Amino acid sequence: MLFYSFFKSLVGKDVVIELKNDLSITGTLHSVDQYLNVKLTEVQVLDPEKYPHIQSVTSAFVRGSVIRYIQLPPDDVDTQLLQEATRKEVTQPRKE
Amino acid sequence: MDLSIVNNDYYLSGMAALVGDIDKQLMIMLRDGRTLIAYLRSLDQFGNLVLHQAFERICVGRQYADIPRGLFVIRGENVLLIGELDFHQPIRVQLVEVTIEEILKLQKEDIEKKGRIEKLRQKAMIEHGLIDEGNPIEEHY
Repeated sequence: MLFYSFFKSLVGKDVVIELKNDLSITGTLHSVDQYLNVKLTEVQVLDPEKYPHIQSVTSAFVRGSVIRYIQLPPDDVDTQLLQEATRKEVTQPRKE
Repeated sequence: MDLSIVNNDYYLSGMAALVGDIDKQLMIMLRDGRTLIAYLRSLDQFGNLVLHQAFERICVGRQYADIPRGLFVIRGENVLLIGELDFHQPIRVQLVEVTIEEILKLQKEDIEKKGRIEKLRQKAMIEHGLIDEGNPIEEHY
């Protein structure tokens, strides 16, 4: 649930999503859910020459399982905090 | 039933996020590379979709054609992306509509060309002692 919370804190920021089929789209992160499905607004495709038919898409829902990378704005990520949080999550036994 | 919760900014988790897109015309990209444009009529928690008045858009280079396909039921795992469409959006690469016969011929040529490149790539990888893992979108599930 850590990365779900992490992505939730990035809502409203501009991200680039690279899919496993090498399609890259950029847009504003609108929402994210527990499966890391992502909703983007103001979508633009990074390579319109290769994927011209996606140009008319304005907002998109991307299934979490097909995402390879999400590129984040570096200024909006506190890597120190994230590192601490990930370490905390693996060292502390989960309360069920 | 009060549907105001669906239409405003309140966000529903999981596939329920798409409830607000029901009866809209959407573009659905599938794992096999196909692109459909259709009205979303229903969906469930797994992301299985019911699409109405679907047509498949085949795009090769700058040519495209639409093939009417009718009603679709899609298993959720095969969906890559569900996009809302705005045909008035400014576009950078203009597309030309061609006939279905023409696009199928172009698509066949394109697939053959990609197949030849893929074969060469695999050959080169094997020569370098690398194991080819194939297309992750089609294999790794």
